[in-house]
Amino acid sequence: MLGREPGVWRPFAGGTDLMVLLEAGKLPHQKFLSIWKFAELRGIEVTPESLSIGALSTYTEIQRNAILQREFPLLCRAASETGSVATQNRGTLGGNIANASPAADSPPALMVYDAEVELISAKGARRVAYRDFHTGYKKMLMHDDELVWRIHLNRALKRNREYYRKVGTRKAQAISKICFAAAASIERGRINDVKIALGSVAPTVLRAAETEKILKGEKFSSALLKTAQETLSHEISPIDDMRSTAVYRRRVAQNLLGEFFDVMSA
Amino acid sequence: MPDRAEKIRVRCTLNGAAAALEAYPMARLLDVLRDEAGLTGVKEGCGEGECGACSVELDGEIVNSCLIPALQAEGATIRTIEGVATGDQLHAVQQAFIAYGGAQCGICTPGMVLAAVSLLKRKPHATETEIRAGLSGNLCRCTGYTKIFAAVMAACRDMDRTVEG
Repeated sequence: MLGREPGVWRPFAGGTDLMVLLEAGKLPHQKFLSIWKFAELRGIEVTPESLSIGALSTYTEIQRNAILQREFPLLCRAASETGSVATQNRGTLGGNIANASPAADSPPALMVYDAEVELISAKGARRVAYRDFHTGYKKMLMHDDELVWRIHLNRALKRNREYYRKVGTRKAQAISKICFAAAASIERGRINDVKIALGSVAPTVLRAAETEKILKGEKFSSALLKTAQETLSHEISPIDDMRSTAVYRRRVAQNLLGEFFDVMSA
Repeated sequence: MPDRAEKIRVRCTLNGAAAALEAYPMARLLDVLRDEAGLTGVKEGCGEGECGACSVELDGEIVNSCLIPALQAEGATIRTIEGVATGDQLHAVQQAFIAYGGAQCGICTPGMVLAAVSLLKRKPHATETEIRAGLSGNLCRCTGYTKIFAAVMAACRDMDRTVEG
C-alpha cells in the first residue's frame, strides 16, 4: 500500500505524536495505516554480537529489557525520561526515529551507540548508519514506501564511561530544552575514544564530531575542556522557541559537556 | 479533520464483558468510551496526552485514551474506572483516596486511581519515589499531590495486610 500510493498512507503506531497532530488538524494525510500489530516489527532479538530492536518496541519494553539495561543504559535512561508511563506504554523507538523531532530523547543515545537503522519496503530491506539518517529538519533517508524495521546496536562497542542528561522544565513528562548523551573509552588518563550527541540544539539530533575530535587522544586538563566547550558552542545551532532560548541552550550544552568531562576523568 | 471512513464495529472486552462499539476508525477511544459505551468516568483534560485524565488500562497497561484511535482497540481488553471496584467492594486504592482526601474536584481522580492501581499491580511494594514516578503522567490542579501519594502509600500497606491476613 505504501509503495502503490506513495505519500497517501501515513504509517501509524502507538499514536502518541500522530493523534495529537490529527486532532489539531495538522495532518495532511487522509489515510492511516495502523502498523501497531505488525509482529515483524516487534521484539528485541539478541545475538552474541548485536542487539536488534524491533521498531515497535515501546519505551516500557526497552526499559524492562535486562540486556539493554546492562549494556545500553543510555537508551534505557532516554526511554524512562520520555513522556509519562502512559506515553512509554505506547510510544515506540521506531516512531521516535521516524517522527524526526530534533527534541526526541532516544536519538542522542542511539547516535552515541553508533546504531544502524534497517528500513523495509516492498522492494526489500536496507541498513543505514543512524548518524547519517536525519538530513535536515524533519528530513531523513527514508522514502514514503519504507518503514523503520529494526534498530541494530553493536554489543562490542568499547566504552567505559557513559553519560545522559535531559534538561526540561519539569522532571517528568516535559519535552527537552536540551538533551546530552555521551560515551567514552578512557585508558590510563587518556581519552581513547569519545562519542557525543545532543538533542534540541540543531535542526536534527546532532553528533558533535568536531568536539569529539578535540577530545580524542588527549589527556584531561582544564585547557582541553575549555577548547572543547568553545568548539561545541560553534558546532551547535540552537534557536529560541517556546521551550527555551538559544543563549540558555548554548550555555547548558557547555555545562553538560563539563559534567561529562568530570564523569570521564573520575 | 480528514474525511472519515465508514464506522466500524470494534469488538473488545470492556470492564470484563464482551462489547461491540460502533465507531469511526480514527475516533479517539476516549470519545467512544464516553459517548458510545456511556463510561463517563473517563475524563478529558488536555486531549494531547499530557494530563492523564483519560487514562484507561489497555491490555493491562495504562494508556491515554485520547491518543488511541478506536481501530486499535479491536480485540483489546480495556478497563476504565468503572471496572476497578468489585461490585460494591471498592479497590484498596479507591478506599484510601476517600480516607486520605486524595480527591478534590475529581477530574483527575479516575485516571489517578487507575494509574495507581496499574502501578501497584506491577509493584505491590512501591516506594514513594516509585509512586511519584508512576503517577507523574497524571496531573492534579487541586490537591498538591501530597494526599494522593499518602493515599497510594496507604493502599500499598492495606493490600499487604489483606494478602497476609
